[in-house]
Amino acid sequence: MTSFTKPHIRRKNEPVNKLGLVRADYDGAMSTLCAGCGHDSVTASMARAFFELSIEPHRAVKVSGIGCSSKTTAYFLREAHGNNTVHGRMPSVATGAVAANSALTYIGVSGDGDSLSIGLGQFVHAMRRNVNMLYVLENNGVYGLTKGQFSASADLGSLAKRGAPNEMPPIDPVSLALSVGATFVARGFSGDREQLVPLIKAGLKHKGFGLIDVISPCVSFNDHKGSTKSYAHTYQYYHKAVHADYVAPSKDIKVCYDEGEIMPVEMHDGGVIRLRKLEKGFDPRDRAAAMSALANAQKNDEILTGLLHIDETHPDMHALNKMEDRPLNEIPYAELNPGAAKLHDLQKGFR
Amino acid sequence: MSEAAINDFVIKLANVNGTGSASANGLLMKAIFRMGVPVVGKNVFPSNIQGLPTWYEIRVTEKGYRGRSGDVHFIVAMNAETYERDLAELSPGGVLLYDNTWPRPHFLTRPDIQVLGVPFARLCNDAFKAARSRILMKNMAYVGTVAALLNLDLDVIHQLVREMFSTKPKLIDLNLQAIALGYDYAKEHFDCPLPFSVQSRDNTAGKVMIDGNTAAGLGCVYAGATFGAWYPITPSTSLMDAFAKYCDQLRVDVDTDLHKYCIIQAEDELAAAGMIIGAAWNGARSFTPTSGPGISLMSEFIGFAYYAEIPMVLFDIQRVGPSTGMPTRTQQCDIQLCAYASHGDTRHLLLFPADPGECFEMAVQAHDLAERFQTPVFVLSDIDIGMNDWMVDELTWDDSYQPDRGKLLSTEELEKIEKFHRYLDVDGDHIPYRTLPGTHPKGAYFTRGSGHNKFGGYTEDGQAYKEVVDRLRAKWHSAASKVPAPVISPSKKKACCGIISVGSCDGAVLEARDRLEAEGLHLDYMRIRGFPFSDEVEQFVADHDEIFVVEQNRDAQLMGLLLLETDVPREKLIPILHYSGEPLDYQFVYSALQEAARVRKIA
Ligand SMILES: Cc1ncc(C[n+]2csc(CCOP(=O)(O)OP(=O)(O)O)c2C)c(N)n1
Ligand code: SF4
Ligand SMILES: [Mg+2]
Repeated sequence: MTSFTKPHIRRKNEPVNKLGLVRADYDGAMSTLCAGCGHDSVTASMARAFFELSIEPHRAVKVSGIGCSSKTTAYFLREAHGNNTVHGRMPSVATGAVAANSALTYIGVSGDGDSLSIGLGQFVHAMRRNVNMLYVLENNGVYGLTKGQFSASADLGSLAKRGAPNEMPPIDPVSLALSVGATFVARGFSGDREQLVPLIKAGLKHKGFGLIDVISPCVSFNDHKGSTKSYAHTYQYYHKAVHADYVAPSKDIKVCYDEGEIMPVEMHDGGVIRLRKLEKGFDPRDRAAAMSALANAQKNDEILTGLLHIDETHPDMHALNKMEDRPLNEIPYAELNPGAAKLHDLQKGFR
Repeated sequence: MSEAAINDFVIKLANVNGTGSASANGLLMKAIFRMGVPVVGKNVFPSNIQGLPTWYEIRVTEKGYRGRSGDVHFIVAMNAETYERDLAELSPGGVLLYDNTWPRPHFLTRPDIQVLGVPFARLCNDAFKAARSRILMKNMAYVGTVAALLNLDLDVIHQLVREMFSTKPKLIDLNLQAIALGYDYAKEHFDCPLPFSVQSRDNTAGKVMIDGNTAAGLGCVYAGATFGAWYPITPSTSLMDAFAKYCDQLRVDVDTDLHKYCIIQAEDELAAAGMIIGAAWNGARSFTPTSGPGISLMSEFIGFAYYAEIPMVLFDIQRVGPSTGMPTRTQQCDIQLCAYASHGDTRHLLLFPADPGECFEMAVQAHDLAERFQTPVFVLSDIDIGMNDWMVDELTWDDSYQPDRGKLLSTEELEKIEKFHRYLDVDGDHIPYRTLPGTHPKGAYFTRGSGHNKFGGYTEDGQAYKEVVDRLRAKWHSAASKVPAPVISPSKKKACCGIISVGSCDGAVLEARDRLEAEGLHLDYMRIRGFPFSDEVEQFVADHDEIFVVEQNRDAQLMGLLLLETDVPREKLIPILHYSGEPLDYQFVYSALQEAARVRKIA
C-alpha cells in the first residue's frame, strides 16, 4: 500500500483566500481511516482553518504521535513538512522544532491514548513550557489503532464494545491543562465544525501552547450504546459555554463591544478573539472561573465546549528563554563561532 | 611497583566528601602543573552529597605518562573511616600523613612506612573562630604541610589561592594563614623535603588542565550548536553546564540581553532525545549529554532518528552499570548498547575520545558527521575523561572551519529541481537530500518511523522497505572512512602480536606496552577511535597473530564488536578486562599482558 494523493481539480468560482489558494490546496493524502471516523472531520476543520487564515501551506509544520488520530497529519496540508514521531512523544519533538524556528505555524495532532497514557508526561510539560503551538487532541475514549482498549479518557461506567464497564476515573485533558497553567484551553466536537473551525483558528493565532480537546468518536470501537464518547451521547450532552471568533488584524478591529455579550481578547499579532458568551457569568479570561464552570458541568453530566480559558499575557517558551526573534536555524555560523583567538583566551583559567 | 623518586610518585588524599577538600586537592595538583611538572589527577568520589569517603589521587610524572600507575607513595589520611584501607594501600617505604589531634597508634603496625602526624584540627581550632572555617581550613593546612614535604613553590600556591578567591578577597588571607600553619609546622617538626619531592621543570608549556565535559561543551559551542536538551545525570551534567556557561559568555547580546541559543532541561531523557531530534530536523545543530540510563530511555527515539534519517548528537559519559550501578565510578560499558541502540536493524556511528582534547575535537566532528550522514552519532566518553582534569595540549581552532551541513537543499536549489523525494539516492552515495520546514512548497515531505519507500511514501511492501534499509546499511558502512581513524603505534621491533584498546585506557596501555617493550616483549598497539570500523582496523586485525583487547567492562564489549563486525577469527582475540570502576592503571595492564604472553608463549 502506498499513499494516494487526492486529485486536485479547481472548480469555477471556487472561493479563494488572500493568497489566491482554494480550500483544496490545503488537502493532503487520501485518508485511510474508517468511514465515519471523527478524526476525518477534524482533519477537514484543520484544513479549513489554515485556508481561512491564509497561512502559506509550506510555512506550517505538522507533528503527531502514533495512533489513528496521529496519522491524520498526512491527510491535510500536503505542502507542509510533517513529522509523525513515536508514540506519546510528539510534544518533545515539537518543542525542539519550535525552538529551532519560531517563525512557522505549528500544529500537533494526537489521540487520547497518545497524550494521556504513554505521553502524559510530555503533554503536561509542553503546556508548562508554553511552547508556541496548537495541540489538537482527538479524543475517542479508546485506543483506535490497537483495536478498542479503553484509554485514560474513558468515563467511569462507560461500556466497552463487548459490554465491560470502565471502572477507573478518567483524565480530563481540559481540567489537566487548566491545572498546569495552559494558556489556551478549549473543547470541541468533530461533529460541530461551526464551532471547531473558529477554535482552531484562534488556537493557531494564540502565542503559546493551545490545547483543543476534540471529542472525535471512533465508529469502529466506541460508538455503541453505553459509550460516553459516541456520537449520540456527545450530541445529547453537548453544551456550548462560549463561542470564539478570531478576527485578523485590520483597521475596523476597534468596533465597540457590548460588554457582557462579547468579550474581546487582544492577540500578539494585532488580531482579536471575540468571545461570545453563551452562559451567564462565565469569563474564560479567568482561570479559576473556567475551572469551576468545568466542575459544575461535570456534576451535571454536561460536556462543556468552546474556548474555556485564554491568557495572552503569559510569556511563551521563547520569551522565557530570552531567545531573539530570528530563528536559531538562521543564525549564520560566523555569529556562532568564537574563533581561535577567543579559544586561547578562554583557556587562561586552565593553565 | 615502582619506587618513588623526584618528580615521579603518587600522592593520594583521603577525605570525607562535602568538607571542601576538592578545591584544596585541585590546588595541589595545579601547583605542581604550574611548576612545569606533568600530573595525572583522578577523583574517586561517592554518589552522595556529604559524609562519605572520597579520594583524590595525583600522579607526578616528569615523563608525562597519562594514566594511573597503581602505586601510592604518599597518603594524606584525613578520613578516619578509611584509615585501614588507606594504610593497606600504601607502598612499602611510603609516607602517611594524618591528623594526630587524635593519636592513632595502629598506624604503627606497619614498620615499613613512615608516619607523620600534624594536629590539623587543633591548629585550626586555635586559629579560627567560625565552626565552618575550622573544618574548611584543615584542608588548606594540609596543603601547607604537603607543600613543605614536597618542596612545592609557595609563590605558585599563593598565586593560586588569590585566583581561586578573586571574587571573595576576604577569604584570601584566611586561606593563606591556614597554609602557613601547616607549612610552618612541617618545617619545624619534619625533615623537609621528603626524599621524593617536586623540582621545577619546563615540561608543561603549551598544556592546559581541563576535563572532558568542559572540553566537549566548548566543542559544541565551536561546532555551532544552538540547541541542547538534557536531563540531569551524573556524570554528564557538567557537559551541559559548560555549554551553558560559554553560551552565556559568548552568545548573549549585550544590548538586548537576547540569546542566540536555547537550552532546555527536559522532563526526562526521552523528552531530551525528542527535543534534539525536533531541533535538528528543523535545521538547528543540537545535542544531548547523558549517561547509560539515559541511553536506555532514549532508545526508541534513536531508532526513529536512524530510520527517518535525522541528525542526532549524543554524548554518553559512561558510568558503571547495570541499572543505577555505581553512578560516580567509571567504565566503558555502553559500547554495544550504543552501537546498536533501538529495536530492529539499527547501527550507529560511534566516536571514542581518549582525553579532553579529543572530546573537544570529536564534539565538532560528531555534529559534522550527524548532518553528513543524517543519523545518530554517539561520543562515548566516560567519568574518567569527563570529570577529571587532564593535562592536554592547549585546544586549538582552525578559523577556516565551516560546518558540514550535509546534503541540505536550499530554497534556491529546491526552486530549480523538478521534484524532491526525501529518500532517493540521487548521487549514488547512499545519502539522500533533506529539506527544512518552511523553505519551499516543493521541499515538503512526511517524516515517519513507519515503513516508507525511497520516495518517502508510506509502504508495507517488502521490496520497497528493503530497498530503503539496504541503502541505510550501505550509508552506515560508508561512514567507516569518515569517522576518526584509529591511532596505530607500532612497536620498535617487528611484532607478530598486538593490542587493541579504546578511549580512556590509552595512557595505561601505552605505558604498559612501553615497559614491556623495554623488557623485550614487542607489541603493536592500535587505539580505535570510530565505529564503523575502517579498513585500517581490518588490516591491523589481519596483520597480527594474536591480539589483546584491553577495555573497561566485564563482557568484552569492544572485542565482541570486533568479532561481529570484522573477519577476525575468535581465537585471535584475548580479552583483558578491567571493570572495578576505578580508572585503569598501567600496572594492571602490564601484569595482565605479561601473564597472557607467558601462557601463550609469546616472546
Ligand atoms: C511504544 C509503543 N507502544 C505501543 C504502541 C501501539 N500503539 C499504537 S497506537 C496506540 C494507541 C493509540 O491510541 P490513541 O492515541 O487514542 O489514538 P486513536 O487510534 O484512538 O486515534 C498504541 C498503544 C506503539 N506504537 N508504540
Ligand atoms: S479505528 Fe476508530 S479511530 Fe481508528 S480510524 Fe477507525 S474509527 Fe477512526
Ligand atoms: Mg483514541
